Amino acid sequence: MSLSIEQVERLAHLARIEISPAEAELSRDQLNGIFVLIEQLQAVDTRNIEPMAHAVDAVQRLREDVVTETDRREAFQAVAPEVESGLYLVPRVVE
Amino acid sequence: MINGSLKTLSEALAKKKISSAELSTLFLDRMARANPALNAFISIDREKTLAQARQADLRIAAGQAAPLEGIPLAHKDIFCTEGWLTTCGSRMLANFVSPYDAHVVSRMKAAGLVTLGKTNMDEFAMGSSNETSFFGPVKNPWDTSRVPGGSSGGAAAAVAARLAPAATGTDTGGSIRQPAALCGLTGLKPTYGVVSRYGMIAFASSLDQGGPMAKSAEDCALLLSAMSGFDARDSTSLDRPPEDYCRELEKPLAGLKIGLPKEFFGEGMAADVRSAVEEALAEYRRAGAVTVEVSLPNSGLSVPAYYVIAPAEASSNLSRFDGVRYGYRAPEYTDLADMYCKSRGQGFGAEVKRRILIGAYVLSHGYYDAYYLQAQKIRRLIANDFALAFRHCDIIMGPTTPSVAFAVGAKSNNPVEMYLSDIYTIAVNLAGLPGMSIPCGFGEGKMPVGLQLIGNYFEEARMLNVAHRYQLATDWHMRMPEETI
Repeated sequence: MSLSIEQVERLAHLARIEISPAEAELSRDQLNGIFVLIEQLQAVDTRNIEPMAHAVDAVQRLREDVVTETDRREAFQAVAPEVESGLYLVPRVVE
Repeated sequence: MINGSLKTLSEALAKKKISSAELSTLFLDRMARANPALNAFISIDREKTLAQARQADLRIAAGQAAPLEGIPLAHKDIFCTEGWLTTCGSRMLANFVSPYDAHVVSRMKAAGLVTLGKTNMDEFAMGSSNETSFFGPVKNPWDTSRVPGGSSGGAAAAVAARLAPAATGTDTGGSIRQPAALCGLTGLKPTYGVVSRYGMIAFASSLDQGGPMAKSAEDCALLLSAMSGFDARDSTSLDRPPEDYCRELEKPLAGLKIGLPKEFFGEGMAADVRSAVEEALAEYRRAGAVTVEVSLPNSGLSVPAYYVIAPAEASSNLSRFDGVRYGYRAPEYTDLADMYCKSRGQGFGAEVKRRILIGAYVLSHGYYDAYYLQAQKIRRLIANDFALAFRHCDIIMGPTTPSVAFAVGAKSNNPVEMYLSDIYTIAVNLAGLPGMSIPCGFGEGKMPVGLQLIGNYFEEARMLNVAHRYQLATDWHMRMPEETI
């Protein structure tokens, strides 16, 4: 497996990260080095092995459907780049 | 005082030989002098620290002291700390003043500990040398031309230089144990689920675990007792009764069975590390322990499996940084999509972007089974290896790192080489086991060497006992770098 510049740019787009052509080039070489490392996994026989997602195989807890959080909108919005009247502002998406 | 154990400091505070404000001032003064050279702290706020210390003094005077009341503690900048800048080592969060406390931070406050500042770290905990921080690299106090390890490199450098009595850290692939080893400290990563991840900025959620970094196993036991425990706000926090991790500290080691994985003693280990580790094992044998060879045949696959699982989870976790609700927003953009792309392109550093791209790739359509699912199956094989090994021993030991601390810049342009510096620690995270590093001597350039201890699930108390008995017989953990401040 070896990525082309176009594939690196496509991945960056999927991840919503703008990268310069120089960055794409460097990333390609470094990513390809990392993929050589990862490629070792393909040779391992894992038939009948259950994938392991959680170290102690715990299950998702459920909680009562009740309000537990207090309203701290002001505190949370104080760290936002742009807010107005309790709303987060972003560039217009609907004309 | 600067080399005192938490117990010593606690007694001095209780007997009013020193106040928390005085003790905090002592460390704040040291931080002010040493930080320009070491860069161990991202945030220092003297007034905030002293205000908290004075509160502790009032509680001590009123006879209402909590167990560790008045002792200063540094927090890794990955832990949200109310009213403090919490950057995670990233430009993305360079202006983020947390509106709430992480569970670990609130537990430490409840135990009476005073926040001494926020320590530097690799950006979003992605790194093994503390060179990926937006706030610049941290230097190793034993030799400032070398790295302190990472990602909890600031925490390690701060405690090693005695700028803080202890610190919090997090460990996803070795980020507590590796810097502890490279800076001559004792650090512990608990069993996955023992310490709540609430308010600990997420990197790879199925692997991330917070833990203590301190001078000794006894200090780590006190800190772990304070920071662990069930928290409903972390969906993977384990609902277990509270534990006193000091309860087994003094137990004799006679009859202890130490497993030595033959894969950890192969050719990858540098000669100086090998001789320090072998000497430590000899010390254990003198104390009545026996060593047996065990095998972790799949451990060689842990680094590649980790570099599928961790980036996959990171690419998902870091999608929350979009420049809308918090964090960095690019100054100029044309539309919403462009705002996302520019904010993330400018806000994240090179290593973080690299891992997000790996994650995006291994999770993408058509590759999920081949990479992510395959890595999770190999994770099972690695955990099974440990289960089998623990049938033949009580604890596993080996080196924490293949070599002593390397030079600043030595591996920063070669990601794969950097990743391989965590070769002995990563398998422990994949299996979810508890692990420690304790100082066991010095190697090349008079740099510290770490001995890694790996316990079975929930065997932290036993592991701490095994480390403590060694520290009663040796004094490596009391050594500190030459004072340069």
